[in-house]
Amino acid sequence: MDQGSAAGSGGTFISLSDTEQRCYSGLYALCQPDSSGKPAAGKVAELFRASQLPAETLHQVTEACGAKRLGYFGCGQFYVALKLMAAAQAGLPVRLESIAGELPLPVFVGITNELEMHYPNQPLTNESQSHILGSVAGSAPRPPADRPVLRHPDTSMDKQEAWSPPQSPGISPPRSPSAYRSYPYGAQRNGTDTLLAYDAKVPGRPSIPQENSSPSYYSVKLQPEQPVITRVASVERLVERVEVDYSDDPWRITEEQREYYTNQFRSLQPDLSALIMGTVAKNFFTKSKLPIPELSHIWELSDVDKDGALTFTEFCTAFHLIVARKNGYPLPETLPATLRPGFVEAGVVTAPPSEKILFGSVDLQVTSRPGVTAKQEARDESRKPEFSPKRIPEPHEKPIQHVSTLKPDSPQELDANMKSRTRPRSYSSTSIDDAMKKVEEPPTPPPRPQKTHSRASSLDLNKLFQQSGQGSRPSQHSLSAKSGWLPPPPALPPRPPATQIFSFLPGSEKSSQKAVQQPNFADFSKFREEQESSVRGLSTEDLTPPKSESTVVHQGHAPQKPVRRKLHPESQSATPPSATPYSAATLTKSSQRPPPKQKREIQMAIRKNRETNAVLTRLNSELQQQLKVVHRERVTLESQLELLRPVAST
Amino acid sequence: MAVCIAVIAKENYPLYIRSVPTQGELKFHYTVHTSLDVVEEKISGVGKALADQRELYLGLLYPTEDYKVYGYVTNSKVKFVIVVDSSNTSLRDNEIRSMFRKLHNSFTDVMCNPFYNPGDPIQSKAFDSIVSTMMVQAC
Repeated sequence: MDQGSAAGSGGTFISLSDTEQRCYSGLYALCQPDSSGKPAAGKVAELFRASQLPAETLHQVTEACGAKRLGYFGCGQFYVALKLMAAAQAGLPVRLESIAGELPLPVFVGITNELEMHYPNQPLTNESQSHILGSVAGSAPRPPADRPVLRHPDTSMDKQEAWSPPQSPGISPPRSPSAYRSYPYGAQRNGTDTLLAYDAKVPGRPSIPQENSSPSYYSVKLQPEQPVITRVASVERLVERVEVDYSDDPWRITEEQREYYTNQFRSLQPDLSALIMGTVAKNFFTKSKLPIPELSHIWELSDVDKDGALTFTEFCTAFHLIVARKNGYPLPETLPATLRPGFVEAGVVTAPPSEKILFGSVDLQVTSRPGVTAKQEARDESRKPEFSPKRIPEPHEKPIQHVSTLKPDSPQELDANMKSRTRPRSYSSTSIDDAMKKVEEPPTPPPRPQKTHSRASSLDLNKLFQQSGQGSRPSQHSLSAKSGWLPPPPALPPRPPATQIFSFLPGSEKSSQKAVQQPNFADFSKFREEQESSVRGLSTEDLTPPKSESTVVHQGHAPQKPVRRKLHPESQSATPPSATPYSAATLTKSSQRPPPKQKREIQMAIRKNRETNAVLTRLNSELQQQLKVVHRERVTLESQLELLRPVAST
Repeated sequence: MAVCIAVIAKENYPLYIRSVPTQGELKFHYTVHTSLDVVEEKISGVGKALADQRELYLGLLYPTEDYKVYGYVTNSKVKFVIVVDSSNTSLRDNEIRSMFRKLHNSFTDVMCNPFYNPGDPIQSKAFDSIVSTMMVQAC
C-alpha cells in the first residue's frame, strides 16, 4: 500500500506499518482519556506492565523513546515505546536502531478486551497485508512474531469477534475491513491452526520490508499515514466527536487569544521573529501575580528550546498557560500537544530539515497526530466561560482560521525551534539527548546596531566614518581601517586619532614629502575615498571636505601631490610613532608608494622620536633636580626631628 | 543506576539531594557531605589554570564497601555527586560520565529558567524526572 511504500521513502525516523499504525493508534486511544492530549500515565504504565517485560527493560524503553525527557508519553513517544517493546519482546536490545526495521507488534497481557482484539489480528493482518499488498510495506512476519501471539491463542479467539465490529464500520483503507473481518473469523475457527500455518509461512516470507523501512524516518512515513489515521479516527469516532478540528480544548489558542498575545509580544519586543529575554519575560509574567513556582513551571513547559528566552510561539504558549491557570485550570505536567511549537492541525506536517534529530522529527509528528486523535477526548472539555471577555474563545467559528494561521506559523517556528535545538552544548556527547540540548548560549539579542569590531579601536575614526560613510562599503572600510590603522595602544604618545590629524590638516606643517603623505595616504585615502564617495555633501565634519579633496587628489594625481602635502604631513608627523608599525603594512597594501617615500617618512619618524626623546630627557632631568631638592629638605627635617625627639621623650 | 544523587552549590550547601531508599537518606547525606572534602581537594589541586586544565568529571571520589561515590564539578563550582551501589559493578566510567552529562544538561535547563534564582533549591519537575531515570529503578 502507499503507506507501506511510503515507508520505503527515506527521510523519517521510524516506519510503522499499517497494522502497527492501527494497533498503536488504538492503544493510544485506549490510554488517552486525558484532555490534554497525552496518555494517562497510569494507563500507559498498565499497558507497559502488561507487556510482561522486565521493569528494567520498560525503563529503558521509556528512556529511549524520549518520554522521560518529555515527562510524558506523547503520541510519538508512545509509538516508539510500543515499537521498542516489540523489539524487546522479540529479543532485540532496547535501542532506537533496533526498531528501525520491521518488527512484530508488541503483545500485552490482559489489559482490555479491545487491546487484546488487536493482537491476534496483528499477525493476521500482517499476513493479509503482505498478501494483499503483495509487496513490502507491511510488517514482515517473522518467527518471533508468532511467539507472542501463540501465547494468547485463547484470548484471541475469544475476543476477535467482539473486536472486529469496531473496526469494520467504514474504515477507509479498503483492504483493511475485509482483511480484518475475514481473518478474525478464520482465526476463530482454527485459531491455533491458523497461527501455526502462519508460522510455517513465516520463514518463506522474505524480509524485504526491512530494507525499505529501516532507512525511512518516522515523520515522512507518518505524513502519508496520517490521512489514513485521520480517516480511521474520524470514521470510528465520528459518533463521539462533534467537530474534528474545532476544539473546546483549553490548551488550544484561539484567534483572538493569538492576536492578544501578539500585541503583548509586540509591546515587549517589536520584532515578532526575535526573542524575548528571560528577565523581560519574567518581569512581564510576574505581573500576572501567579506564584513563582507556578511561573517557573510554566516557563519550563513553554521554553522548549531551553535557551532562556521566548520565541513568539513559546511566548504564546506561556501566556496561554498563564491565562489558563488564572482561570482555574490546573497546570499540566507536560506541554499539551496543541500548545507545542510544532503543532499543526491534522494534515501535512512539514518535515524539518533532516539534520535535526529524531526527537525533533518525532516531536513534529507527535503534534500532528494528537491533534487528530486527541480530538475525541477534547470534546468533553467544556466551553470556557471563565475566560475574560477579551479572550472569549470562539472555537466553532475560528478553528479553520486558526488552523490556517497556525500552519504558517508552525513550520517557521518549527524550523526556528529545530535550529535552536540544534545548538549543541559545548560538553555534549553524541547521545541524542545531549545533541538536543544546547549550551548556555546567550540568547539571540534583540536587533541591536552592530558594533563593528573593526571600528572599536579608533573611536573617533569610527564615529567619523559612520557619520560620513554610513554603510558605504563598511567591510572595505574596516579592512583598511584595521590594516592601516592599528588600534592605538593607550601608552602610545598622542596617537592622533582622526581629530588631531584632521585638525592638522588645515594646516600647519608642511614638510612636504610624498613619503610623508604616504601613510596618510594609505590610512586615509581609502577612507576618504569612501567618505567622499558616500557622502559628498556631508558637512558634519569639517574634515571631510579636506579629506575628500585629498583623497581625490591622492588617488593618483602625482602632480597634485605636492599641493596636498601640506594637508598630510602634519598628520604624518603626528602619527609617525604609530605610523611606523603600520606604515609598512599600509605601504605594502597601497600600491602607489614608491620606496623613496618610505625613507623620507621613516626619517621624519626618527626625527620626531628624537625630539620627543629630547623633551623627555629634559623633563627627566628637571624632575631629578626637584627630587634632589626634596631629598635635601627631607634630610634637614629629619635631623631637626631627631634633635627634638630626645627633648620630647624625656 | 545511582542510589543517591546530589547537587551542591558553590557554597557547599545542597541544592538538590535525592536518594532512592528513602529511609536510609541520612546515611547518604552524610556520605555526600564527606565527599565534598574530596571534591575540594581535587579541584584545588590544579593551581594554575583554574578551569582550563581541570576536567569537569572528577571520577571516583572514594569507594566504600557498600557503594562508590563519583563527583563532577561545573565551571561555576556547582558540584554533582552520584552515589552508586558497589554491587552494581556493571556501571562503567562512560556511563557515569553520561549520567553526569545529563545532570549537567538538565541543571543548565533549570538555570535558564528566569524564575529560578541561583541558590534556591531545585524544584523543577523536569530535573526531577531526569534524576528519576538515573536512580535505581525500584519498581
